[in-house]
Amino acid sequence: MNLLKRYKLFLMTAVIMVIMIIFARDTGIKALNITGYSLKEMALVIPPVFILLGLLDIWVPRETMVKYMGEKSGLKGIILAILLGSAAAGPLYGAFPIAAVFMKKGVKFTNVLIFIGAWSTTKIPMFLFELSSLGSTFALTRLCIDIPGIILIAYILSSYLPEEEVKKIYKNAEIL
Amino acid sequence: MSNYLLYLITILLLIVSFYKDKQKTKKALKKAWKAFENILPEFLGVIMLVGMVLAVFNAEFVSRIIGTQSGWFGVILAAVVGAITLIPGFVAFPTAAMLLESGAGYMQIAAFISTLMMVGVVTYPVEIKYFGKSLTIARNILAFLFSFIVAYLIGKVAGGM
Repeated sequence: MNLLKRYKLFLMTAVIMVIMIIFARDTGIKALNITGYSLKEMALVIPPVFILLGLLDIWVPRETMVKYMGEKSGLKGIILAILLGSAAAGPLYGAFPIAAVFMKKGVKFTNVLIFIGAWSTTKIPMFLFELSSLGSTFALTRLCIDIPGIILIAYILSSYLPEEEVKKIYKNAEIL
Repeated sequence: MSNYLLYLITILLLIVSFYKDKQKTKKALKKAWKAFENILPEFLGVIMLVGMVLAVFNAEFVSRIIGTQSGWFGVILAAVVGAITLIPGFVAFPTAAMLLESGAGYMQIAAFISTLMMVGVVTYPVEIKYFGKSLTIARNILAFLFSFIVAYLIGKVAGGM
């Protein structure tokens, strides 16, 4: 029963997929193909991401994370959050589990949000790709707007969210 | 390429960790597995969603929408399409470049690229599991609005030349 509840979303999407394949064959098959492709992409990114977060959780002491990215880390914490997020590879959903470990280790909330923002949009591999396809004016302008943008979004979110909600999110990260 | 680099770094760190402390490494791997197993149902659901959404919102569909519309309406449309889809960068950037060549505006393309990367409608189930509903919704809305600033400024800088 519990298992059924956990896989509710997956089962629902699977049913829709089957319906699609029956009634809109071409689109359904295409959807299945893309899902297969995404699974491959996931298989490439997810195992190292989770192993890295396991290692991070075990080897890096809380005090170190607090010192570099915690409440009093200031500018250093912000820069580190941007660099770590930008060095990432893979889709945004890979960032969330790492963010959870960050919270567990006492990383400041805004820095967690900056990390998520950087992962979403200033990833270095993607930036290089953007540079070659869309040109340096486009890519550099976007980068220059995005860096202050993600910091701003992080601070707006953190001041908008009630303190209890933030505490709840941190507590939730402990059990994940 | 960057994916293999990630593997390489992970394997190297794993070897160092194993060499230093077998027990701790075991514990780390156990934690990794637990964290993965915990989010697996959401991952699988999201990946199915991505497949279905992209089967409908494919590259041709995207180019039809973004390529033909202009002005702020086109920007809004491009932003919405980017927010819903989850196209990998190595497909999205060449598509965007092609669209620019065939006459799409910089503002629309910038809105599309920005929401594509920062806003995740289909990844919502994964995001709420870690961050809860309020934060997830607020983050996505802010990122969506921010994309219009990005679009406007890129339109000024890149389009104005």
